[in-house]
Amino acid sequence: MDKTLKQKLKISACRIRMGAVEGVYNAKSGHPGGSLSAADLFSYLYFKEIRVNPENPKDPNRDRFVLSKGHTCPGLYAALALKGYFSESELKKLRHIGAMLQGHPDMKGTPGIDMSTGSLGQGISAACGMALAGKMDGKDYRVYSLLGDGELEEGQVWEASMFAGHHHLDNLCLMVDINGLQIDGATADVAGPEPIDEKFRAFGFDVQTIDGHDFDEIEKAFEHAKTVKGKPSVILAKTVKGKGVSYMENVAGWHGKAPNDEQYETAMRELKQTLAGLEAE
Amino acid sequence: MAEMIKKATRESYGLTLCELGEKFPQIVVLDADLAEATKTGMFKKKYPERFVDCGIAESNMVGVAAGLSTCGKIPFATSFAMFSTGRAFEQVRNSVCYPHLNVKIVGTHAGISVGEDGATHQCLEDIALMRTLPGMTVICPSDHYETAAAVRAAVEHQGPVYLRLSRLAVESFNNADDYRFELGKGITLRDGKDITIVATGLMVCRALEAAKLLEQKGIDARIINIHTIKPIDRELIVKAAKETGKIVTVEEHNVIGGLGDAVAAVLSEELPTPLRKIGVNDQFGHSGPAVDLLDEFGLCAPHIAEVTEKFLK
Repeated sequence: MDKTLKQKLKISACRIRMGAVEGVYNAKSGHPGGSLSAADLFSYLYFKEIRVNPENPKDPNRDRFVLSKGHTCPGLYAALALKGYFSESELKKLRHIGAMLQGHPDMKGTPGIDMSTGSLGQGISAACGMALAGKMDGKDYRVYSLLGDGELEEGQVWEASMFAGHHHLDNLCLMVDINGLQIDGATADVAGPEPIDEKFRAFGFDVQTIDGHDFDEIEKAFEHAKTVKGKPSVILAKTVKGKGVSYMENVAGWHGKAPNDEQYETAMRELKQTLAGLEAE
Repeated sequence: MAEMIKKATRESYGLTLCELGEKFPQIVVLDADLAEATKTGMFKKKYPERFVDCGIAESNMVGVAAGLSTCGKIPFATSFAMFSTGRAFEQVRNSVCYPHLNVKIVGTHAGISVGEDGATHQCLEDIALMRTLPGMTVICPSDHYETAAAVRAAVEHQGPVYLRLSRLAVESFNNADDYRFELGKGITLRDGKDITIVATGLMVCRALEAAKLLEQKGIDARIINIHTIKPIDRELIVKAAKETGKIVTVEEHNVIGGLGDAVAAVLSEELPTPLRKIGVNDQFGHSGPAVDLLDEFGLCAPHIAEVTEKFLK
C-alpha cells in the first residue's frame, strides 16, 4: 500500500478509536471492545474502499454498508462523523435522550446508516437484499456488511449465507471481525464458531483470512474481493478486541462496558500518543 | 351483479399480483418454498426475474425483503401466516417495522381453516403479533374482490403491511356497485338496529349468514366488515355501539389479541359497550377438514347466531 495512504488510514483509524471511546464514555454505556477491533476496517471502508458521498447519503448508486454487528456502532458513528455525515459533537450525545445517535444504528434518524441493525444476524440478510436489488437493476454498486464472530452463532447468518451463495451475489462482500471474544467469554468456549473459513467456503463464498489491523493485507483482500465473479466474498479479519487501548485489549469484559473517568483519561492519553506518533511520521 | 366467484383469498392474491406486476415493476415477490400453496407461483411463472425463492428460511426472507425495499423495490414476503409472522416475528419487528420499510408481509393459511395440517400450521396469533408493531397496517380481506383491492392498496401504501389470507375457498360478495375499499375504513354490509356483529376475513360471510338466521327470529343485526384491523375504523365501531347497544366480534383467531380485543379497546375508551368475542378460545386447533373444524370451533353461522341471540336476552 502507498505509504501516504497507509498513514492517512492509520490516522483515521486512531481518530475513529478516539471517537468511539468518547461516545461510550459520555453515554456511560455501549460497546467499546468490538468498536476498537473493527476500527481499522471502518477506516479502510470509509477512506479507501466504498463509494459514498456524505453530501448525498441516499444516492441510489452508492455502495452500501450494513453493520450487522450493530452494537459496535460507536466505531461506525465515529467513522461517519469523520467522513462528514454529521458533526463530531454528536458523538458525545450518543445514547442520550433526543440524540441522533441511537444505541444501535437507526437508518431513519442517522445519515449514512444504510440499515437499522442491532439484533444480530439480521443485517446480513438485508445486505443480501440490497445486493440482489443491484443485480436485478443492473447497477454496479457493491454491498459491504460487517459481522462479529460471536454473531456467527445466529442461525440467520447461515440462512443468509446460503442465499448469497445460491444467488451468486458477487457484489456482496462480508467481513467478519474475528476478535475471539463475546459477552460470556471466548467464542471458542461459548459456542465454537470455528472453523469459520471452512463454513463460508461450504456456503459458496470466496474466503480470505487476514490480519484485520494490517492495512497492506486489508487492501489486498478488498482488491481481490472485487475481482471475484459468480460468488460472494468474505474477508475473515483476525483482530484484537479493544485494540488500541492497552487495558481493553483481549478482555471480554470490555465488550459492553463504558470506561470510568480514570479509564477514559488513560484511553484517550494512549490514543493521543498513538495519533501524535502517526502524525509525526 | 357479476357471477358468483368462490375462491380462496390466497388465490386472489396470486392473481392480483400478476395483474399488478406490469403496472408496478418495483414489485418483487418472495416465497419460502411454498409458492404452489401460497399462489405466488402464478407470479413466478409470469415474472420469473422478479420472483425470489428464499428456500425454507423465513427469517432471512424477511431480511432480504427489507434490503430490497431500501433499494426501491416493493417486496411481498410470503409464507404461511405461522411462519411469515411467527417464525420471522423479530425480523418483521426489527428489520421492517422499526425502520418503517415498505415491505409487505403476507401470511396465507391463517386460522384453523388450514384444516388437515393441524395445530402447528394453524396460525391463530398473527393478528395479535402484527398489530402490536408500530406503523404496521394489518389487513384481513373477506373474499376475492376485497383481496384484489387489498393487494392494490398494499402496493400503493408506503410502509409495512401485513396481509392475512386463507386457504379455504370463500364465496364472494363484495361486488356491489358501491363497494369501495379504503384502508382503515370498515364496511357496513347490512344495516341493523338490534345488535352489531363485527367480523373479519372468512368470518364476514358467516356473519352475513348468521344475520339471515337472526332475521328469522325477528332480530335485526348490523353486519360490519373490518378488513383493516389496524388502523381500525374507530368511528364506525363507536357509531354502531351507540346505535345498536351491543357488539359481537367474530374472527378466526385466538380471542386474545385479535379483532375482538381491538374493538374492545376502542369501545372501552370511547363508549363502554357490552361485547362478546367469538373466536378460538385460547387453545390450539387440530387436524380435520376445514369446514368441520370451523363448525367445531363455533366459527359458523348457527353458532354466531346463537351467541348473538343469547347475548341480546
